[in-house]
Amino acid sequence: MKSVKAFLSVAITVALVWALNTKFGSVPPVGAFLNPSTGFWQNAENKHFTATENLNLTGLLDKVTIRYDEHRIPHIFAKNDHDLYYAQGFITAYDRLWEMDIQTRQAAGRLSEVIGPKALDIDRYHRRMGVVYGAENTLRGMMKNPVSNMMVRAYTDGVNNYIHSLAPKDYPIEFKLLDYAPEDWKPINCAFLLKLMSETLAGGSDQFAMTNNLKRFGAGTVNDLFPDYPFFENPIIPVGTKWDFKPLPIPKPSAGFMAQMTESIRTKEIMPGIGSNNWVIGSNKSATGYPILANDPHLNLTFPSIWYQVQMSSPTVNVYGVSLPGAPGVVIGYNQHISWGVTNVDADVLDWYQVKFKDKTKNEYWYNKQWNKVKKRVEVITIRGEKPLIDTVLYTHHGPVVYDDAAQKPKDGKENIPVGDALRWIAHDESDEFMCFYLLNRGKNYADYRKALTYYTAPAQNFIFASNDKDIAITPNGKLPLKFKDQGKFVLDGSDPANDWQGWIPAGENPTVKNPPRGFVSSANQSSTDPSYPYYINWRFELPYRAERINNKLSAMKNATVDSMRIMQMDNYSMLAQDVLPAMLKYLDPSKMDKEQLTAFDTLKKWDKHYAENSVGASIFDTWWDSFYAMVWEDKFDVKGTILKYPSFDRTEKLLLTEPGSKWFDNAKTPVKETCADIVNHSFYNSVNQLVHQHGQPGAKWQWGIVKKTYINHLAKLPGFGTGDFPAGGRGGVINALRNGKGPSWRMVVQMGPTVKGYGIFPGGESGNPGSFYYQDMFETWRDGKLNELLFLKSADESSGRIISTLTLSSK
Amino acid sequence: MKNNFMLFLIILILSIVSSYLLPWWAIAVIAFFAAFFIGKTPGQSFLSGFGAVFIAWVALSLLKSIPNDHILASRVVQLFPLPNNWIWLLLVTGFIGGLVGGMAALSGLLMKRAFGK
Repeated sequence: MKSVKAFLSVAITVALVWALNTKFGSVPPVGAFLNPSTGFWQNAENKHFTATENLNLTGLLDKVTIRYDEHRIPHIFAKNDHDLYYAQGFITAYDRLWEMDIQTRQAAGRLSEVIGPKALDIDRYHRRMGVVYGAENTLRGMMKNPVSNMMVRAYTDGVNNYIHSLAPKDYPIEFKLLDYAPEDWKPINCAFLLKLMSETLAGGSDQFAMTNNLKRFGAGTVNDLFPDYPFFENPIIPVGTKWDFKPLPIPKPSAGFMAQMTESIRTKEIMPGIGSNNWVIGSNKSATGYPILANDPHLNLTFPSIWYQVQMSSPTVNVYGVSLPGAPGVVIGYNQHISWGVTNVDADVLDWYQVKFKDKTKNEYWYNKQWNKVKKRVEVITIRGEKPLIDTVLYTHHGPVVYDDAAQKPKDGKENIPVGDALRWIAHDESDEFMCFYLLNRGKNYADYRKALTYYTAPAQNFIFASNDKDIAITPNGKLPLKFKDQGKFVLDGSDPANDWQGWIPAGENPTVKNPPRGFVSSANQSSTDPSYPYYINWRFELPYRAERINNKLSAMKNATVDSMRIMQMDNYSMLAQDVLPAMLKYLDPSKMDKEQLTAFDTLKKWDKHYAENSVGASIFDTWWDSFYAMVWEDKFDVKGTILKYPSFDRTEKLLLTEPGSKWFDNAKTPVKETCADIVNHSFYNSVNQLVHQHGQPGAKWQWGIVKKTYINHLAKLPGFGTGDFPAGGRGGVINALRNGKGPSWRMVVQMGPTVKGYGIFPGGESGNPGSFYYQDMFETWRDGKLNELLFLKSADESSGRIISTLTLSSK
Repeated sequence: MKNNFMLFLIILILSIVSSYLLPWWAIAVIAFFAAFFIGKTPGQSFLSGFGAVFIAWVALSLLKSIPNDHILASRVVQLFPLPNNWIWLLLVTGFIGGLVGGMAALSGLLMKRAFGK
């Protein structure tokens, strides 16, 4: 009896320990996670830190000094370039190891390895889109170039030396939560990071929906509702800029231009209304007589931030800016000669080709009047707790057939991927983007800037530039395919060679402008050029609302300072409202309104068209416009069983302002014939009802900052690790395009001059550790629309009161 | 009384020392053998094991969390179905450690009774 009791007790204890050391579903191993010696308590950083620290590391050639300022931003001083990138890898891993790991896992389709079958659909999506295939090609391109090769290898070495210094108790908290260990960094991970950017910025597609539109409405309507150039536009390259080159012959449109519609699936539309801004004012507009550059790239806002601030100095370079954790060099920044920034171009570099297979074996496909061999690529996806999944992906010369039969698509797959079509995507091509940044980091003048850009492939960016020689410039830049007009607006027939990409727009003939007479350059993701540019880049770009506002402001600007730029980055003025609100209000008849509608009507009449945090008018207009837009198009474009693309805000505006009698205002589902006035009125009543329903009587609760949800989540959406909702102004389509979890991920202003001075802020902090005092120490400054003066040290021993600690890395 | 306290003290000291050297579950082995050799009654052993590890884990956690102003614990507690105050996370930590320590000590004593001299 005694022994039974004893064994029972031992068994319970052993089972208890086992259970506490095991992960169940998404519940971490509780004992391992909570125990104070190796669990999460170890990630609690001490507010008292050591002011000087020395580490001996293998692989360094010489001594590296890293000085941390009051935001724990590292200022790296190395004696050679190898050590510079080594140190960058080391300290970035120190602050952002889990972010680096999870992002590359996501791109590589390896989340299931650590998360389990839940992540399988995401992994298959990345594998089947050819992300791994593309990263392998990019890696090849980088490794061929001795400079990129050196950067990537040194960076990798630095990351790995940091990883090897860790005991399990030191692992970032997310590893402990998800119960896995960091693995060695590989050079291809640097390439995966670039692929992730391509996926975010050049991985959307509406070709499939557009093809369906064409089928449903015919070419006439599609041309009318989906024009290649907007009603209002203000292109990046000012209208009238001369093209000083003789263009290559433009390819002839293929005979079968349009492919057959395949079948019905749901789509991920390109999200309208988000985007980035950059601008430079020339010396004549600036108070100091030197150019001022501003850039605020808009992306998903997360903790840790997508950006990591760093100053990097060696005998060949001294540069400050933001880097992508996992990639060597500075992506957006400045040195003492030049500054540069980027926004997304939105070039059409992703096309779908319909494939005709010979038979069910799918070993051959029809192209150029003959049967061609299909290549097969086997993707093995390791799944935690299950057998690996072996997935075979078919490749034509275009690229992967992402879903060769409908069963391969995830059931709730929301990606815009036609079944049976091959994907031609710039992200599959060999490339060497790091060389572009290597040269920009060291750039001294306009010629250096132009040379650097020739190395850049994807995702295409509007590279803006200013120099101490008082040159200003902007170049929508990337490797852009040579196409016939509208090639890729719809799904293409993959059997006709005339539909292939016919080479490339020569790098020197990408649109560009230097020192334009208007005295400034700018971009906000709008059309790169007016229709006079000889090459085809895309039929649709981000709408010009932000661009219009930026150009209006800059045109009027004189004696501008850094603060003028900062205030502009926070500008909430809505060009859309300016365009449409007077016309919409005219249709309303106050005598027919109830009390709430009247209050709303009066508020709107007085509204200054700013999406300010405390603005009630903004909430009413925004709800009204959304409702109006939906009422005009929903009955025609929200069709069960197929996916269609809605006409743009711009086209809707044109309809409202110039075609009030249009048939599109009539709701096909009602017996009466609606007019523009009916829709404007109905949508107004609806939106007031909606606001009353959601926020009560008109008043303080209708303020835009409350009606609009704004938040920053942790990368894994862990509760308590993000900001929660906070009130803020801004909206897609205004300069400060902040909404939901998207917005300005980095705001920078650089004053050129004998001493170049930078100002910048990102929402978050340098450390990715939620247990660090530097996890979100910059968030409030960002939210309040302020910028920090960036500390640019001229040398390793320049004294500064802002330096709080020094880390010295020595060769072992 | 003195011996009662000895068991508690030995488990407490060894739990703290081992935390820097051995995996977290070493507390189970420590409590087991401590009770096996000097435990008196099942109740006394369980309570000594529970109390000692509870206190060791709470103390070690606080050692990390106080200089951190509890910013990490205040975030992490929101991952658990607990009231939104880091104190709860500290108590749960102590309780989990205590439970393992107590069960292991109880097992040690029962094994002694079953097979010891």
